[in-house]
Amino acid sequence: MTALTLFEKIWRVHEVVPETADAPAVLYVDLHLIHEVTTPQAFAVLRERALPVRRPERTLGTLDHSTPTDAREIFGGVPIRIESAALQVAALETNAVEYGIELLGLRDERRGIVHVIGPELGVTQPGMTIVCGDSHTSTHGAFGTFAFGIGTTEVGHVLATQCLMQRKPKTMAVEFSGHLAPGVGAKDLVIALIGHIGVGGGTGHVIEYRGEAIRALSMEERMTVCNMSIEAGAKAGIIAPDEKTFEYLQDRPRAPKAEAWERALDAWRRLPTDAGAIFDQSVAFDVSGVEPMVTYGTNPGMSAPIGGRIPERGDESFGQALRYMGFEPGDALAGKRIDRVFLGSCTNSRLSDLRAAAEIVRGRQVARGVRMLVVPGSQQVKLEAEGEGLHQIFLEAGAEWRESGCSMCIGMNGDTAEAGYYVVSTSNRNFEGRQGRGARTLLASPATAAAAAVTGRLTDPRELMP
Amino acid sequence: MNAVHRIRSRTVVLPVHDIDTDQIIPARFLTTTARAGFGRHLFADWRFDAAGRPRPEFALNRTEAAGCTVLVAGRNFGCGSSREHAPWALLDYGIQAVVSPSFADIFRTNALKNGLLPVVIEGPAHAWLMANPGAEIEIDVDLTTLALPDGRRVPFPIESFARYCLLHGVDELGYLLSQERSIETFEVRRAQ
Repeated sequence: MTALTLFEKIWRVHEVVPETADAPAVLYVDLHLIHEVTTPQAFAVLRERALPVRRPERTLGTLDHSTPTDAREIFGGVPIRIESAALQVAALETNAVEYGIELLGLRDERRGIVHVIGPELGVTQPGMTIVCGDSHTSTHGAFGTFAFGIGTTEVGHVLATQCLMQRKPKTMAVEFSGHLAPGVGAKDLVIALIGHIGVGGGTGHVIEYRGEAIRALSMEERMTVCNMSIEAGAKAGIIAPDEKTFEYLQDRPRAPKAEAWERALDAWRRLPTDAGAIFDQSVAFDVSGVEPMVTYGTNPGMSAPIGGRIPERGDESFGQALRYMGFEPGDALAGKRIDRVFLGSCTNSRLSDLRAAAEIVRGRQVARGVRMLVVPGSQQVKLEAEGEGLHQIFLEAGAEWRESGCSMCIGMNGDTAEAGYYVVSTSNRNFEGRQGRGARTLLASPATAAAAAVTGRLTDPRELMP
Repeated sequence: MNAVHRIRSRTVVLPVHDIDTDQIIPARFLTTTARAGFGRHLFADWRFDAAGRPRPEFALNRTEAAGCTVLVAGRNFGCGSSREHAPWALLDYGIQAVVSPSFADIFRTNALKNGLLPVVIEGPAHAWLMANPGAEIEIDVDLTTLALPDGRRVPFPIESFARYCLLHGVDELGYLLSQERSIETFEVRRAQ
């Protein structure tokens, strides 16, 4: 039998019609996650053509992108401040009812960022194909799924047919060797990797993250790595399921139960890449030397260790990026003054992220003139964090503790920074204006973000770790 | 979707790599349930200053850019977010094709689904186009070539089914719906 990669095994069993020279494959979608921003125009197409949703039970909706994180707007009866956002929320509520789709609504305690709630509820399961009108759908690859972002037209295709037309992507193995140093996390690892392979380095490929350093990561850390696959341009990121995966999923509300669980385990254990399977490309990456990383430019590939300096020169776009950031070539990163800190997003808003930040914030104050927003990834994460008293640590330090949502990662709900301000952000994109027109984003881990919050400067978090 | 056979235009050039979809259409303009009208916000933060005045130095604001339907840009065009509002904004503004050495996967897919042509041109031909804004070119979807002003035709790759859809002005949804029997069979087989 041919040795197959994890991705190829998933692809093969989801081909409804195999691809030919003339036409892409028709690929079946097991789980379609939807949210308020990239779906209204898709439902409009269904309406125009009088089409039903083919598999409402394979579709799950949440509100996260343009949804407020201010408790008063969610629970306090205060109308959603941005009128157009309120209309999007209302549109998904109406569409969900009309088409029989489950929506975790505004006040549902299971609501949250689409890529946080999938795993949390156990709807994300190894071997699945998962799509969503959001590029960070790659997050779910941490569970050994083929998960990727799609546009609104394709959202319509999946709603109507539960299928997509797809050319089979190429495969890339990233073989991690070595062990992460203490105080260095998954976010540092993935930022360092993107710096190494480039923001277009994964284009057209499904990246399988492999090696001891990956096996050593928790499921939440693996999600952080897979989440940023798209920042290297990859179609998807994927990690072989193992005992950690199964342990995470067992007893989740939507995970298989009893005999179905045993059957699922049997199937999931057969998913990992066979010995001798061939990848189209392979990249070796030693993680031993990775340090806490921070970005200095306007794409996630422009990064350096926090103790390092901005390079002296780059490509044609380097100058434009540095002008936007207000930095000079050769500048030291540590010590740079910052104005805002955002702890949240589908990259880093899970319980372990909040714990890592709280460990540094505990007993300290957010620096004068700095504003820190803590936005849990889901209402469940928020509840669990409150159960541990993490919210008290942030609130006592002077940070804001908000309801869940995408918030300042995309700045659609009014959570933005002012022009010229430096934002240390645990999110995934430092594009110009991403966090508000003229705002300057420095991507970093939760620990590094917390260290910046309490010192008011870019600071190596290891200096503040207990 | 309208059929696309040939696009003849002068070029407008954005000599920047990794132009992300947040630049093409900033997120604050996405809180809408409509798909029309995004053109006025295309490259909003590059085209206009904070007071909403056009920046005269920006390529699209120059008088010679008026009426251009082909945009030439650096590599990895359309990286970042999956927002289909990016090709919607380009088309609504009047851009019919983007020429780049490489496109981000989701952007390329979204563009083709809307009849916006992603034209992959690498090497010296791309370098020449970047250095010569306003060049009169012709993109031929039948022949899959881009003709430079000197008459030289540079071939570009395009996925066969996407090309068929462009040439005939059809969308994929009709094709997918016609696969109903295969989908049904697949679902029955998997349920067993």
